[in-house]
Amino acid sequence: MYEFEFARPTSLAEALAALKAEDAQPLAGGQTLIPTLKQRLASPSVLVSLSAIEELKGVRREGDTLCIGAATTHAEVAREAAAHYPALAALAGGIGDPAVRNRGTIGGSLANNDPAACYPAAVLASGATVVTNAREIAADDFFQGLFTTALEEGEIITEVRFPIPQAANYQKFEQPASLFALVGVFVARFADGVRVAVTGASEEGVYRWESAEEALSKEFRPDALMGLRMNPANMIHDIHGTKEYRAHLVGVLTRRAVAAARG
Amino acid sequence: MAQVSMTVNGKPVTGEVEGRTLLVDFLRNGLGLTGTHVGCDTSQCGACVVHVDGRAVKSCTMLALEAEGAEVKTIEGMANPDGSLSVIQQAFQDHHGLQCGFCTPGMVMSAAALLAENPKPTEAEIRHYLDGNLCRCTGYHNIVKAILAASGQDVSIAAE
Repeated sequence: MYEFEFARPTSLAEALAALKAEDAQPLAGGQTLIPTLKQRLASPSVLVSLSAIEELKGVRREGDTLCIGAATTHAEVAREAAAHYPALAALAGGIGDPAVRNRGTIGGSLANNDPAACYPAAVLASGATVVTNAREIAADDFFQGLFTTALEEGEIITEVRFPIPQAANYQKFEQPASLFALVGVFVARFADGVRVAVTGASEEGVYRWESAEEALSKEFRPDALMGLRMNPANMIHDIHGTKEYRAHLVGVLTRRAVAAARG
Repeated sequence: MAQVSMTVNGKPVTGEVEGRTLLVDFLRNGLGLTGTHVGCDTSQCGACVVHVDGRAVKSCTMLALEAEGAEVKTIEGMANPDGSLSVIQQAFQDHHGLQCGFCTPGMVMSAAALLAENPKPTEAEIRHYLDGNLCRCTGYHNIVKAILAASGQDVSIAAE
């Protein structure tokens, strides 16, 4: 790692002030950023840890919305969201391995927007709202392609607000070495329709499968997807799977998610 | 350089570290606690797992300054106060849960974290929990047996 200064503020206001320094960078759980620093792919002047800011932590329910602080770890979400939004808790409990889940945070995962990360699928399929120190960003506007989000320089995610669906499920086809999703599909059924979000598959990052949403909004059954095929043209192609393989998995996992969500 | 203070295996410690000093480097080089191993340094292998405030973490993927004020437990803190092996360590010895032994500190710390939250895990739960702990000798069956034994369960349910 290149040298950097380290700051560990205890309030959001102090963190925002520290991030005004040139080339300052926030540090969430560090499960991606620390390996990146080790490879010298990032060289911040100041690393501003968000781990001591209590106001960014915790899970709370407000009516039909589950609010999760950005610095809440995956393990905490797995435990504390289980009674409110089981599909989201299950997704959090399946990220990486137990030690990664004890450090990695929801805000860090979303700000990084890895094209194979799990959380972006939950946020997009739930139609969640990403709250920052400055504004509220709808999930449909937040994700803008590989490792790219609507966040401005120095802007910090403070909370994510998930509308709780009537039924939901996440199916992850795990890449066994990285434990990321080779493909992951999150299906969420709301009173006004169904949303389907796919991670791991597209070269443009997480996306909504709109034709599946239309079919499932009419009839929430795996059979409703028969005959629908994902176009492989924009799929990721790597040593773990071809474009066609990933496109096929999107269909399989969506049908499984619908079957599981129906219970 | 900055000063960092934490409690390691019940004892308060203080040291000088850089911002970029990893927790594992502070433990090994700063405190001489070389029981915690660095296997991969890329967050995959789990040989460096320690407990921070009771939770298993990879100490190669956490900065030392992030552990300011924390309670850290390493493999050196696992034995009983009289120096005898803890139940989990003894089970690893009894069931040959180690071959070269390099992954063992992380395996024991992960096993302890698992049993603290799930005192009677199934074989499948044990294997799933060890997703982030790699044994290059591939001695997984005996590691699983050791954890079953440490949780007071019949080890014969583990696949041969």
